[in-house]
Amino acid sequence: MNLVKKRRKAVVDQGLCVACGCCVKVCPMQAFEIIRGVMAQVKEEKCVGCGKCARECPASVIGIREVEA
Amino acid sequence: MKKHWYDYLWIASATYLILGFFNILFAWFGLLCFFIPLLISVVRGTKGYCNRYCGRGQLFSLLGGRFGLSRKRDIPNWMKSKVFRYGFLIFFFAMFFQMLWNTYLVFAGAQDLRQVVTLLWTFKLPWNWAYHGTLFHPGVAQFAFGFYSVMLTSTVLGLVTMVLFKPRSWCVYCPMGTMTQLICKAKCGGGK
Repeated sequence: MNLVKKRRKAVVDQGLCVACGCCVKVCPMQAFEIIRGVMAQVKEEKCVGCGKCARECPASVIGIREVEA
Repeated sequence: MKKHWYDYLWIASATYLILGFFNILFAWFGLLCFFIPLLISVVRGTKGYCNRYCGRGQLFSLLGGRFGLSRKRDIPNWMKSKVFRYGFLIFFFAMFFQMLWNTYLVFAGAQDLRQVVTLLWTFKLPWNWAYHGTLFHPGVAQFAFGFYSVMLTSTVLGLVTMVLFKPRSWCVYCPMGTMTQLICKAKCGGGK
């Protein structure tokens, strides 16, 4: 039986991110920041993988992935 | 989530479009939407304007989000490609400079004032009710007509992509957003 715990986390395709800041506004955990006006970055320890950012992102460059906890 | 004063700037954006319908000279205020983002990106190296103060983005969020006027579908891949974003920036600038050239011709007396608003760079809409003569040179009004055309065109494009895709799809190819991101990339030494 696989006992590895998995959690959902947001992942940004930073190469295509337009740094609009929609994810920052919508995230209930304040898990996003815009790095130097260039791209969004997720603070993994804060992200709970709710997916609000992925739904909001106008460029659809945020995905929710399962990662090992 | 706590609301800030700048979360209500959509009111300023909507008011701007309405005022331009009654008096075209209010279009000059639109320059704020050009200079503030540039200033923030050049001085602070951030996209603070897009992230916080863009009233137009807020307006799209409100209409597409709360009012449900958006299909909330993914934007096509080609629209978020660098080729399209940079190409649209160049095209937008070319049209902007053409507008400045027309303004110059009116200032120089080589062309008469045209009281029209050009939508989508093509359709000339009569707008003569919004100009009542002024103490200033007709060139001042010509710039206002031209600038209002730019603002109305970008709003219409933003509304169309809001309905078709996600509420703030305009942010993906907004020329000011692309330009300020380029400035920020240059400031931090290339970025990604």
